[in-house]
Amino acid sequence: MTKSYADLLREAKASIREVNAAEAERLRADGVTFIDVRETVEWEQGYIPGALHVGRSYLEQQIEAAVPDRDAPIVLYCAGGVRSAFAAQTLRELGYADPISMAGGFQSWKAAGLPWKAPVVLSKAQQQRYSRHLLIPEVGTTGQAKLLDSKVLLIGAGGLGSPAALYLAAAGVGTIGIVDFDVVDASNLQRQVLHTTDRVGEKKVESARKTISALNPDVKVMAIEEMLVGDNVERIIAGYDVILDGTDTFETRYLLNDAAVAAGIPVVHASVFRFEGQLTTFIPYHGPCYRCLYPTPPPPELAPGCSVAGVLGVVPGIMGLLQANEVLKVLLGIGTTLAGRLLLFDALEAEFTELTLRRDPNCPVCSDEARAARERGDAPAMSAFPADAPFVLAGAGFGGPAIGIARGTALDAGSGTALGSTLGGSSARTPEAHA
Amino acid sequence: MSTVFIPTVLRPSVGGVKSLELGGSTVGDLVTALLERHPGLGGQLLTPDGELNRFVNVYVNGQDVRYLDGLSTPVEERDEVRLLPAMAGG
Repeated sequence: MTKSYADLLREAKASIREVNAAEAERLRADGVTFIDVRETVEWEQGYIPGALHVGRSYLEQQIEAAVPDRDAPIVLYCAGGVRSAFAAQTLRELGYADPISMAGGFQSWKAAGLPWKAPVVLSKAQQQRYSRHLLIPEVGTTGQAKLLDSKVLLIGAGGLGSPAALYLAAAGVGTIGIVDFDVVDASNLQRQVLHTTDRVGEKKVESARKTISALNPDVKVMAIEEMLVGDNVERIIAGYDVILDGTDTFETRYLLNDAAVAAGIPVVHASVFRFEGQLTTFIPYHGPCYRCLYPTPPPPELAPGCSVAGVLGVVPGIMGLLQANEVLKVLLGIGTTLAGRLLLFDALEAEFTELTLRRDPNCPVCSDEARAARERGDAPAMSAFPADAPFVLAGAGFGGPAIGIARGTALDAGSGTALGSTLGGSSARTPEAHA
Repeated sequence: MSTVFIPTVLRPSVGGVKSLELGGSTVGDLVTALLERHPGLGGQLLTPDGELNRFVNVYVNGQDVRYLDGLSTPVEERDEVRLLPAMAGG
């Protein structure tokens, strides 16, 4: 017997489950996967946030890669609910346990006032510029759009910040903030490849802006010509997705750590010394923080900076690019970061070594107790810091009463009770180790 | 014998070598053996009370001894022990 379209549709609907838009929204809230089976031109007009786009014509080819788990429910939608019903039937045949078609499709979803968004459509020029990213399934248009929408803060436009800035800009990270109060010195040019000979004496942030803008006009450069200190760290880091720590002093590294943990912003950390580098990624509460790794810095004679000890120019180049790699993975949500691992690089031996890092259960900044206190709106107690804890910052969500410090100045700590409280200023309990 | 890797900043105190082969059954034994040969390292590795300085991390086969048994952490033949101070340079 010849079947009509109406017969096929009836059969398809009988073999699967249908839900209306409101029910679908509840499933979405529960984390159920949504697949948009419409054509690309329809997707580009707007889609349900979080949905994956697998056009109906590519469904059989692509669904196993998009949704490997055949046991979990999947909501499929199209414009009006017909194509999604056939798509759901196909998934049934492929062994998916619970394919659900959204009746009424995207039209009724929009009519119900439920959330939707328009995808970023790359311009012709962007499609050309980022074509090698667009070819990678893990990046693609969605990933590239994420990068263009991302904000990365570089602390320092020096040896680590230079290569990272170049490649992050080339990759199309949409906003790059650069914190540096220094000017370009001739001795920087051996490794700080953002800067050029004719810019000696110029502000580093301005030199960086010129280089980045010339490389990729898609990138908005935020030049922050300030020294990162207790009074400004919270304001400066606010709103960034990831921070790249390329500073050269312990004081800044501890300050940044404490403020970034309180603000919940991942920090990709690297440091260099002659032929060696160290690298890790700190993701607040999902791995250790800088204070878990180094509760206290070494005395200055054990940790000379580059200006005293020297550094082979390629070492910060390599470490800075590994930092950029970590930043891109965090932004794109792909791969495995170095959270919980410290990568050591030895240029002389061409050797990488990996060490395991752990969250210190008693860390004054990122322990469960410190986190709970911060989330309650209380400041974790200053008494949680060991007596030799360096550079303790009052405020940044863990302030508390004023404390005496080695330099003899008491902090003017404000209420210090909540994330977002006024910073009381930085305090160095140990001498700075300027590079 | 275990191999103890010496970070660049401490190499001047051990005659410039990158690593030493030392005998002992705990991290503490290795540190003692190291300091017998190179007493100049004492102030950098240990506190006046004989504890590890908090600014020097020690790893046995990639694991931080702070989360093992500190100086009492056992070491076996061919274990790799790494001394690691923080670096600031950027």
